[in-house]
Amino acid sequence: MAKIRKDGKKKAPAISTASLPDIVFMLLFFFMASTSIREVTYKVNIRPPEATELQKLEKKSLVRYVYIGTPNKEFHSQYGKETRIQLDDAFAEVDQIENFIVNERSAMREDEQNLLTVSIKADRETKMGIITDVKQALRRAYALKINYAATQRQSY
Amino acid sequence: MGKREVQEINASSMADIAFLLLIFFLVTTTMSTDKGLARRLPPPLPPNMEKQDVEVKERNIFTVLINSSNQLLVEGEPLDVRELREKTKEFLKNEANLDNLPELVPVNVNVNGKNVTFMTTKNHVISLQNDRGTEYQKYIEVQNELVAAYNEVRDEFSRENFGMPYGELSTEQQEAVQTVYQQKISEAEPKNYGGRK
Repeated sequence: MAKIRKDGKKKAPAISTASLPDIVFMLLFFFMASTSIREVTYKVNIRPPEATELQKLEKKSLVRYVYIGTPNKEFHSQYGKETRIQLDDAFAEVDQIENFIVNERSAMREDEQNLLTVSIKADRETKMGIITDVKQALRRAYALKINYAATQRQSY
Repeated sequence: MGKREVQEINASSMADIAFLLLIFFLVTTTMSTDKGLARRLPPPLPPNMEKQDVEVKERNIFTVLINSSNQLLVEGEPLDVRELREKTKEFLKNEANLDNLPELVPVNVNVNGKNVTFMTTKNHVISLQNDRGTEYQKYIEVQNELVAAYNEVRDEFSRENFGMPYGELSTEQQEAVQTVYQQKISEAEPKNYGGRK
């Protein structure tokens, strides 16, 4: 009762790719859920300092950012290489911070106004002088909740 | 006459479309969740008010100075950042009730409806001063070590008294621990000893 083998080559069945779109969509939704759209384009170089005792910033809508660092290459001719402050999408001076905070606060809902947190995102090589000036400006604007942005340090 | 077959839509380009979308989202979004050291600034002084000097006993003050070349001077002695945490913890706890460390004061806290008294270094103050030329990284490191010291002291305290780590306590218990070991980091106006800005 031997089976008779046919001589011709057998074709391997093609792998079905019908589920590929589903897989890719799954990935897409994962990334859409777990990421957030970039808020501003950095005009300054920022490599945040490292620390271990970090707390997460809750509620993005209550947070305003102050960026401090050296201007990117393309701005060197215009703004020089000294450390500068960036608010939203533009370079700013220290005395503009107070106004910026007051404006941002008045745009918020009234019951959330005193929950405003200011996150200072500064480059690790920044000198403390400019950061102190920023802190004094924040004090004058009564933005007392602040947060020094930092990244998790793995080890010494 | 014959039955017309329904034409099937070709779905092979669906994957390409989805990939395109996926790559678009990968490029335009950021994964980073913002983290940082949370601090509170003191309210501004009214301009016409005279400076009030609060008297604090010498033994209750823990001074940390950072100079413009990022070196530390803690309680009058040069110190490495890595030793700062231990030194701060020693100061905060003062277990041996030494004369040069802060005095132990009774503190009443309400725990589970009971009033309990603990002896702690309630009147201590950590005074941090930096130069205008100090690097931000160093400043954050020092702040980080100080906060870490507080966190460790609180954790040890809650393990001793409640039998579990600080993170697992109820809000009420956490508040009790916070009143026992209150964070008191005072930042003085920076000096400009280091010459240029």
